Amino acid sequence: MTKAKRKRLIYNLVTFGLVIVAFIILENMISAKAISRSLKGQLVPICAWIIMAVSLNLVIGFSGELSLGHAGFMSIGAYTGAVVSGWLLSAFDMQDPLLRLVLAILAGGILAGIFGVLIGIPVLRLRGDYLAIVTLAFGEIIRNLVNVLYIGTANGKLHFAFLNKEKLPAGVTMLVDGAKGAVKIKPISTFEVGFVLILITLIVVLNLVNSRAGRAIQATRDNRIAAESMGVSVTKYKMMAFVTAAVLAGMAGALYGLNSSTVVPTQFTFNQSINVLVFVVLGGLGNVLGSIISATFLTILPEVLREFADYRMLVYAVVLILVMIFTNNPTTRAFVNRLASPAKKLVRKNRGETAGGGDVK
Amino acid sequence: MKKLIALALALVLALTVCSAFAEEPITLKIAHIGPLTGPAALYGIATSRGAQIAVDEINAAGGKYKIELIDEDDEHNVEKVINAYNAALDAGAQMILGSTTSKPCEAAGAQGYTDRVFFLTPSASSTAVIEDKDNVFQVCFTDPNQGAASAEYIAEHKLGTKIAVIYNNADVYSTGIRDTFVEKAPGLGLEIVSEETFTDETTDFTVQVGKAQEAGAEIVFLPMYYTPASLILKTAADKNYKPIFFGVDGMDGILSVEGFDTSLAEGVMLLTPFVATSEDAKVANFVKLYEDKFGETPIQFAADAYDGIYILVAAAEKAGITADTTPEEACDLLIAAMKEIQVDGITGSMTWDESGAVTKTPMAATIENGVYVFK
Repeated sequence: MTKAKRKRLIYNLVTFGLVIVAFIILENMISAKAISRSLKGQLVPICAWIIMAVSLNLVIGFSGELSLGHAGFMSIGAYTGAVVSGWLLSAFDMQDPLLRLVLAILAGGILAGIFGVLIGIPVLRLRGDYLAIVTLAFGEIIRNLVNVLYIGTANGKLHFAFLNKEKLPAGVTMLVDGAKGAVKIKPISTFEVGFVLILITLIVVLNLVNSRAGRAIQATRDNRIAAESMGVSVTKYKMMAFVTAAVLAGMAGALYGLNSSTVVPTQFTFNQSINVLVFVVLGGLGNVLGSIISATFLTILPEVLREFADYRMLVYAVVLILVMIFTNNPTTRAFVNRLASPAKKLVRKNRGETAGGGDVK
Repeated sequence: MKKLIALALALVLALTVCSAFAEEPITLKIAHIGPLTGPAALYGIATSRGAQIAVDEINAAGGKYKIELIDEDDEHNVEKVINAYNAALDAGAQMILGSTTSKPCEAAGAQGYTDRVFFLTPSASSTAVIEDKDNVFQVCFTDPNQGAASAEYIAEHKLGTKIAVIYNNADVYSTGIRDTFVEKAPGLGLEIVSEETFTDETTDFTVQVGKAQEAGAEIVFLPMYYTPASLILKTAADKNYKPIFFGVDGMDGILSVEGFDTSLAEGVMLLTPFVATSEDAKVANFVKLYEDKFGETPIQFAADAYDGIYILVAAAEKAGITADTTPEEACDLLIAAMKEIQVDGITGSMTWDESGAVTKTPMAATIENGVYVFK
């Protein structure tokens, strides 16, 4: 096993291990009722935000394109999930919440993926800032479209109307009600499904970036011209990363949407895309474990800061700035490394090595 | 050492005696949830402050209950409102005053319906807030109820019988109010002589106002926000058409429209439960306390929340809530109590039915010399 391979294996094991250990601890806390309502209520949103951050990291960190419309895919997933779940319940009287949830998540992922392809075709021909602006516009377009979208269900059929609610036949049960958003959702998301979805995301993303395609994706990021001259189809590989991220975001959206009784278009604004971008940047570009930790940390942080009452959001911003400076400052990094080095040495000694390997990011 | 023990014992004894003699008021833990930050912070801060005034009054009066107010921020966001709600329950809240705005209230109320937690919202007016939930009650009218209330007010005060309606058919608020108004009007002897629509993009109201004038309407009903209303008033003035203009709570704010000649709004009536300039003793007292404490004039939301606290206390008293009652136990007791109580607040005299919607006498203010007055 080469050094690089071992390093990657350990990194992946740590990533999976951390998620699984966290899950086991939380599950035990829940069954022992040793968990506050506040934390318990945040578990599913945290799962959704982790998936959002990891999938956006695939686009930004690995394929090197700045996408600012990730919340758009999430909203497609959330709306699709709500509609599919509501429709399955009314049309087929499908009472099993788990089956409904799984089907809704799949549908959310597929539809977001289709939109990912449609948007990717024109968008991925652009580079850098242009791509960022176009994805931003896409996110806003999605939000404005769902703002005037009306979907109702009657006798097992779905009815769609655009702009004008009156076009729907009388007596339909509304599932999506324009600016009021998706209404009367039966919340069915569970932490367990969220956990499985995180595992699936990790398997997909970590396998992809460590595969032949993943190396091609990273090659287009590092040097587009060099990659092209080596015969790597830049558009194809960027598309692969973009659509995978869109599907995962759609699935996260369905999980997120079905955790609440209502979803509104204003939840998926440009600000929300930036929010996910903050998770990714704080966790480190191309660092999946970092995305998981930062998404969790930044979702819980505002709730922990509730004690500060009026100054809460101010403290949140200050903490964010401090963390950014701390994690990106060479001096502090060297300091952390120095602290960690005795532990690393110990690991190496036990393994009977003299140098290299075992460097956990 | 012996001395120390003796001292400690004496202290314990003294404390026990003290607590046995003093009649301790029951502490109620009420959580206010509203947007204290974010785009709707104006409303959340108003309800928070209004509630605080009521709590101060009740605690100072030293009645049966002492209130501990927990204030949680929902950022006007349907994800964050659930966090705020859970944080409130973690802090020991027994009942919720909130949420201030409609969508977050709908989300938190649904969660509360599953968990069995009682909600009284001061100002979330959409019907979805109370629909299919027995645990949520409102202090304010629902949007459509404003239509019915307007019709009743017009009929009762004999303002006229020929009515023209101009409404925004692209807006939920506007159409909701118009629908119930038009439904209710014929039964009250009111005749709708003209009905005209517009959309968010409309800036020219010549046709709509002209139709109303031709039909000879004595009253023009304007269920809309104040921006289009100001244009309609301007158009009517240009045509020298002077009916009674009757608006709803969205009209509140017309006097502060930039570039609008406020003299055009003279005589305009609007349905609102609260005006800060009212001479009513209770209202004047509230406005004074609020201005002294926070240095600003309270808006309708603050008054709704002020009443909300008194309603919760009245319901808690009726239901026999004590400091040990859990939120789940309190929920069913309060739901039953709400149907039995009547509260005379600063926004009117209120009763409730099982739907959670409030019944109170509609009040309309008239704009005179640039201020709202009740007649």
